[in-house]
Amino acid sequence: MAISDELRVAEQVFAQIADAVASVLDMSAHFTLTLSGEDSQFTRFNRARVRQTGTVSDGTLTLTLMQNERTTSAAVPFVGEFETDWPLLKTALVELQTVVPQLPIDPFLVLPEGSATSRTVNRGELLAADAIAATLLPPVQGLDFTGIYAAGLIFRGYADSAGQRHWFESTSYSLDFSLFDAQNRAVKGTFAGSQWQPSRFVDKITQAKHQLTLMARPAKTIERGQYRTYLAPAAVAELLHMFSWGGVGEADLQQGNSAFGLLRQGQSLSAQFTLQENFERANMPRFNSYGEVAPLQLPVIQQGRLVNSLVSSRSAKEYKVPSNYASRGEYLRAPEIMPGSLTADQILPQLDRGLYLSNLHYLNWSDHPNGRVTGMTRYACFWVENGEVTAPIENLRFDESLYHCFGDGLVNLTNFQDTIADIDTYDRRGLGGSCEPGVLVDDFTYTL
Amino acid sequence: MLKFLSDVVAAASIPADWIGIRAVKDRSRTCAIRDAHPERNTQHLDHGAMVEVLAHGQFGYSATNNLTQASLAAAMETAYAQAVAASDWSVHRFTTAARPKATGQYVSPHRKGLDALPPGELNQILLQVCDQLKVSDKIAQTTASARSHDIETWFVSSNGSEIYQRDYLIETHFGTIAQDGPTTQLRTDHGYLAQSYQGGWELFPGLDLWQRVQQVGEQAVELLHADNCPDLTATLVLAPDQMMLQIHESIGHPLELDRILGDERNYAGGSFIKLEDFGSLEYGSQLMNVTFDPTVVGELGSYGFDDVGTPATREYLIREGKLERGLGGLESQQRSQVPGVANSRASSWNRPAIDRMANINLEPGDLTFEQMIANIEHGIYMETNRSWSIDDQRHKFQFGCEYGKLIENGRLTRTLKNPNYRSVTPQFWHSLSQVGNASTWDVYGTPFCGKGEPNQLIRVGHGAPVCAFETIEMFGGAV
Repeated sequence: MAISDELRVAEQVFAQIADAVASVLDMSAHFTLTLSGEDSQFTRFNRARVRQTGTVSDGTLTLTLMQNERTTSAAVPFVGEFETDWPLLKTALVELQTVVPQLPIDPFLVLPEGSATSRTVNRGELLAADAIAATLLPPVQGLDFTGIYAAGLIFRGYADSAGQRHWFESTSYSLDFSLFDAQNRAVKGTFAGSQWQPSRFVDKITQAKHQLTLMARPAKTIERGQYRTYLAPAAVAELLHMFSWGGVGEADLQQGNSAFGLLRQGQSLSAQFTLQENFERANMPRFNSYGEVAPLQLPVIQQGRLVNSLVSSRSAKEYKVPSNYASRGEYLRAPEIMPGSLTADQILPQLDRGLYLSNLHYLNWSDHPNGRVTGMTRYACFWVENGEVTAPIENLRFDESLYHCFGDGLVNLTNFQDTIADIDTYDRRGLGGSCEPGVLVDDFTYTL
Repeated sequence: MLKFLSDVVAAASIPADWIGIRAVKDRSRTCAIRDAHPERNTQHLDHGAMVEVLAHGQFGYSATNNLTQASLAAAMETAYAQAVAASDWSVHRFTTAARPKATGQYVSPHRKGLDALPPGELNQILLQVCDQLKVSDKIAQTTASARSHDIETWFVSSNGSEIYQRDYLIETHFGTIAQDGPTTQLRTDHGYLAQSYQGGWELFPGLDLWQRVQQVGEQAVELLHADNCPDLTATLVLAPDQMMLQIHESIGHPLELDRILGDERNYAGGSFIKLEDFGSLEYGSQLMNVTFDPTVVGELGSYGFDDVGTPATREYLIREGKLERGLGGLESQQRSQVPGVANSRASSWNRPAIDRMANINLEPGDLTFEQMIANIEHGIYMETNRSWSIDDQRHKFQFGCEYGKLIENGRLTRTLKNPNYRSVTPQFWHSLSQVGNASTWDVYGTPFCGKGEPNQLIRVGHGAPVCAFETIEMFGGAV
């Protein structure tokens, strides 16, 4: 059976199971049922050879039971066969029915309501499994090429006792790679999409090879201190991740666990800085684990001011504020930083003297309430003098506040944006990504 | 299950040099309470099988959660096709020596089963923890959670391996955020889920639970009005709950052979260690003795066999400061010709095994805590990791802690908030000047060691005594 046929079956089985759950529950009970699954190819490379290669077929059904103001949930495997999947879920449901009366009342329980339905199918065309090594590796022979090709189908489903139904599936690939030189300096390339395009691959490799030649110059050691810095979009994406980790979620703001408490207390970032959720181009479901559909766009920080936190319906109940249908974890799902006016050809002249950073690595809060972040420079990072790249740099540790980086230190943002795909594969392949420009910052602080 | 899987392998029709199946069944429960209200009560059944095939010197794999004979047979065909398609491009031509025959079993020691604490009772205990954490109206948030895992693994192979392992795990956490105006301070029970061990519900609630809860709540409030950690370069003393992170990031990861061989360079990073350093490099001071030990009873990263069937043994990685051995399983040992350990591990059935930590412990010295502090004229003592960041060669790092104490003239004096330090790995370990004795030793664990492409989170344990380091750069926060 073709994979697309298997997915139609999976969608039908998911609907059949949702109907079966509804049929065995009495009227006092409510439920949500979610499905997450994938059929993925993973091929890992080192030194332009294959290190590991294989496939993963996985699926998980999660049933949440709500009764008498209490709730509990169970997850079981999903293989897309009603005769296999329903008995496992039915056994789990019986256990949930035993457990739920033992639990404390949940005052912020969100019961399913509404009548939202959606169906999104993003089809693609991928490399055949037996063509991956033979396609990707010949163009990189002679290079120290390392990384991972991940591809295949990702599917999500949602159903609940109110009758809401959602289905999302996407066929996609990502190639995340690094090229190293003999001195162990490296450049990074990432691209992702739904249709494999050989010319894009060749372009990416050519671009990375060119960057690597710049890395061949003798490295400059930079003394700790403050330097004018250009952060390329991939580096900005790393900083943007911090907005979802004790960042702009309403629960974090309310519980003293946010870096942006100061924004709520009236401080502001630069008027040039605008952040929004934008699902228009995002390759990910707009529905959340309550079956709610997020607005197509939601401004979060507008011209430097926090105008909306991410509010889930659970936080809405607890803090008595309107929900904007954020995810339960209140993290950014489709973030976009709006562009500025800095053109590509003006980046180096405007930077003039300072650091050009392509990527950042291993970020963590060093002073969370004050929005201070530490991390490392990584990959193609250069010293710029008189508006020209003069040397690669040894990796540097930075320690800087987001209030400075996107606040009083922000000089300009580029007039173009890059889309950085979410290529995480913890538990399952990620979906979506972020969209951001490059950022020019004054006095960015380096500490080691 | 072993017989079923062995029969599936025996019935295989592919012309492979070796076939293995590792099936995993993970039954877990999670309960989380926040501010005395339930946040999450979940149970999870996850099962599936990793089918691995060696053909033409290349491993291929296919993982499926459909455990029928037909599905596993199809997975063998897929894994074989994967291996063949990549075999002209292999990074190394592996032999069956990477998968020697092994038989045996391992079960986590435990006194109570994982059904011994019903969900209702567990909720009540965690509610009480939250209640007791609220020692003041300055407490803005309280959290308490507990997870149990019952993980069964069956491993069979075409060359006769048959291994059964069963891990019982209890992972618990509680913590609080205190707030006064714009100032907030986090204090937890030794770090997020650091109280993670193998065993049953005899581990929780422990006898000292309520005392620890009280202390965590009081220290969170104490930190609100404590002095900020000063900027200074002096002696740093680390408690075992921060040594856990220090060992993990600056000893464990750099010694992983797959990082040194380059597999991880695109994601987690490489290492400042080179293959030729094993057997000769002075990694740190002579007080430094570090073991790889998956045999410690109750430590989170214990097992009888790794995920390709290598029997687990205790080995010195660093002895009296000298680097002896790497963290690499049989595949990395074949590739590098460097002595390794039994550490080919996978996060679950749906990921292939790679080089991982298990339990990496720093062996105790001979000083009591009081003797160590008495030897220090000026320094800072730090507890509990709060922030961690290190470069992709595991060289330059910056770590932050929850709670600090100034050391003046051989005594602990004022409490300090926002204590941080930064250094460079070789310089840091060469500055190790005092190692506490067994009375200062403690064991913690973490379920969140991330690495690999595709990504994997795995459980590791770290035991360490209190340690002191000379001339370390320390600093505080903005307020």
